[in-house]
Amino acid sequence: MIEVRELTKYYDGLAAVDHISFEVEEGEVFGFLGPNGAGKTTTVRMLTGVIKPGSGSVSIMGFDIRRDPIKAKQIAGVVPDLSNAYSELSAWGNLQFMAELYGVPGTDARKRAEELLTKFDLYDRKDHKVKTFSKGMKQKLVIAMSLMNDPEILFLDEPTSGLDVQSARLIKEMVRELNNDGKTVFLTTHYMEEANDLCNRIAIINHGTIVAIDAPEKLKMRIGGMQRVEVSFDTPVDVSCFHSISGVISVRRSGDKLRFYTNEPGRVIYQLVDYSRSNNLEIVMLTTLTPTLEDVFVKLTREQK
Amino acid sequence: MGVDEMMDQLKRACAIAKKDIRIYYLNGPVVIFGILVPGFLFLAFVIGRDLPINFLVAGLLGMTVFFTSTSVTPVIAPTETQTRNLERLAAAPISITTALFGDVLASAFFGIAISLVPVLLGVAFGVTITHPFILALGIVLAAFCFSAMGLIFSSIPTGATSTVMMLSTMVRFPLVFISGVFIPVGDLPSWGQALASLSPLTYLTDLCRYSFQDINNHYPVSVDIAALAIFLMIFMAAATKLHERSLPKRL
Repeated sequence: MIEVRELTKYYDGLAAVDHISFEVEEGEVFGFLGPNGAGKTTTVRMLTGVIKPGSGSVSIMGFDIRRDPIKAKQIAGVVPDLSNAYSELSAWGNLQFMAELYGVPGTDARKRAEELLTKFDLYDRKDHKVKTFSKGMKQKLVIAMSLMNDPEILFLDEPTSGLDVQSARLIKEMVRELNNDGKTVFLTTHYMEEANDLCNRIAIINHGTIVAIDAPEKLKMRIGGMQRVEVSFDTPVDVSCFHSISGVISVRRSGDKLRFYTNEPGRVIYQLVDYSRSNNLEIVMLTTLTPTLEDVFVKLTREQK
Repeated sequence: MGVDEMMDQLKRACAIAKKDIRIYYLNGPVVIFGILVPGFLFLAFVIGRDLPINFLVAGLLGMTVFFTSTSVTPVIAPTETQTRNLERLAAAPISITTALFGDVLASAFFGIAISLVPVLLGVAFGVTITHPFILALGIVLAAFCFSAMGLIFSSIPTGATSTVMMLSTMVRFPLVFISGVFIPVGDLPSWGQALASLSPLTYLTDLCRYSFQDINNHYPVSVDIAALAIFLMIFMAAATKLHERSLPKRL
């Protein structure tokens, strides 16, 4: 669906994106994660034909973005990283403008605009200028605009950034629905939980290079020593009391809980139960946690430094 | 690019023009620099001087088309840089030439529409148009030419409309004074005539004079039309190159 080979972009002699290669399969939600300045937006802009690659190639459903930019762009929908509907036009006006830009016939455009506005709960405001909309409404409209041409591939650059919980949830639900309908989604996000929930595979980019690509759970398995046991006692206990526990890599306090990083969670649990008995403490809560995507992200991006 | 694809791109350019018309025609800088400034400039020149009406109307018409057509295109790119609409256009299935041509269409339409004001004013004051088709052709061609010229100003990668309008004003005002609007090209010294030949406005003003009764024009009509067409092609080609270069800096 999307094939990227040795894609590179330099700005003032510095590599913003440095010989990256990956493929996105049809019907996949592909997450693209990276810290600020890692090269995410530059990559998305090259994939969507907004800027020209320095070298390397991008193919969207077989259309090379440099040789056939119009055909490649025709089958994609794009949500750039900032809300950018025309504020002086109405929601309806923005959708019709997008339809005209993508050559969607008038009747289809009107039908699709009605469907999308209803779906995004904006139909009542269809004739209002976008400048009167809240941030969440604008973002929903921008996503609706990107769907006017019924794209095969959807590029979403930080679609839920700065949105309230309800709007973000609606957008995530919409991504799931689109994916269920067979659409391919290329999602750039800062939110690890969002990537974890939505993506079939994730690429992590740092300093312009890809440090890992895999399914979220496989990525989590890659990093050892990151399993955790969390415990909370009825009486506060100092971290220093647990330095003698074997099998623990490190101990940290997290609110009213103690967090033990370990490769042997079972062994640690036994010792914690023994400790509570011998010190006459009651265990209020005890749980084991596997590494999160955030742990993977932090570890991989730190390792590269 | 095949004919079908070209027609498709032309339709999309019309969509951009329609959007521009809805957003930018009532934009402050467009109204000020496109209508009010040339109006006051003309009044400042005319009041207290005894000049024939057909000479004045020809000059006013040339100046109106020039100022109105060059007032919309410089505003669009910086505004859309500021409002972050540009990335959406850049990601759409249109070439940069299509996007720019859409802006030129909107701007030229504005110039052509407003040009009716001095034409009707002239007719009301008894000016006779002896070559209406030549005049119409000249106005349309010049409106496109001046709109494309405005695109060159807007190729500066800035989101500040005022910066672009300042540069545009710095170029447009001197051009008015060397283009035979207030003084016929034939009355200028030889260096002035050479300078006038470098301004596209000279050829429109000359065509207006040819089209109105009882005034002498300086160049043959074919030269005026060819010059406007050549300037249009040069401005469009230069604007496309400059915008291609500046687009990544705007994002």
